[in-house]
Amino acid sequence: MRVGVVTFPGTLDNRDAQRAIRFGGHEPVALWHGDHDLQGVDALVLPGGFSYGDYLRSGAIAAHSPVMREVIGAAESGMPVLGICNGFQMLTEARLLPGALVRNEKGLFIRRDQKLRVERADTAWTNGYEQGSTITIPLKNGEGRFVATEEQLAHIEGEGLVTFRYVDGNPNGALNDIAGLTNERGNVVGLMPHPEHAVELGFGPDTDERMRSGLDGLPMFTNILETIAA
Amino acid sequence: MPLVVIEVMPKAEILDPQGKAITSSLARSGYEGIAEVRMGKRFELTVEGEIDAARLEQLQEIAEETLANSVIEDVVGIHVMDQS
Repeated sequence: MRVGVVTFPGTLDNRDAQRAIRFGGHEPVALWHGDHDLQGVDALVLPGGFSYGDYLRSGAIAAHSPVMREVIGAAESGMPVLGICNGFQMLTEARLLPGALVRNEKGLFIRRDQKLRVERADTAWTNGYEQGSTITIPLKNGEGRFVATEEQLAHIEGEGLVTFRYVDGNPNGALNDIAGLTNERGNVVGLMPHPEHAVELGFGPDTDERMRSGLDGLPMFTNILETIAA
Repeated sequence: MPLVVIEVMPKAEILDPQGKAITSSLARSGYEGIAEVRMGKRFELTVEGEIDAARLEQLQEIAEETLANSVIEDVVGIHVMDQS
């Protein structure tokens, strides 16, 4: 599968995402924020960073950038779209996912290996996991606290749109421990923690067996479903 | 050219860590009786031509769709400052 990774001014994790896609057995395709061209890719990743300096709000300016018109169109037609960290913020700003991400409860930038529970193992991006299993991948952000209106939260929980929840402690005050979401169709997934930083021995989170050997992010990039039952 | 000021505030129910940090800093500096500080944004838009109904409608849309995110923020004011 050809998987596009969009780079915006201020993006940091585009190369890591490309590497993770390669480890997942797919071909990464570099895409640029200023182009109206997805180069015929089969899936899309919006990587982490601080697009456009996160001016206005995190991900807000990126959500209005030229390439996003094509990304939104592709997402609405069912293409798998994954937003990581700043990419998740863009997906909420573009209203492909509900809610918003705001400054962490204590105002601190948080960097830690974060345990998550997989709440949905039937989306385009999470079907490589076992439903209800726990995984550990890095979390690193200053504005990762998920919030939503009362109505949106009722919809999210009612429709089962939560893909990942924080376990063993909510790091940032996110509503209902929400770390990641999907849309109704299951093709769009956004999450604050970084699966692309847990795909290679020597560079992932520590495990009980060995330092930096955590590979819990890899299933996200191996099992990308091109079509998903609506 | 007219200047339009648009003010955006975080919704009351959204915790504002920046405002909280400022509140406690004021208390530490010895300013008594400041119960709460909330921090918002002020945008100044210099507009070409007259501010008519159509322009006001456009400014309202800019404020609500782009300058503020209605999930977390409210547009609390759109003021035309100079109509000369």
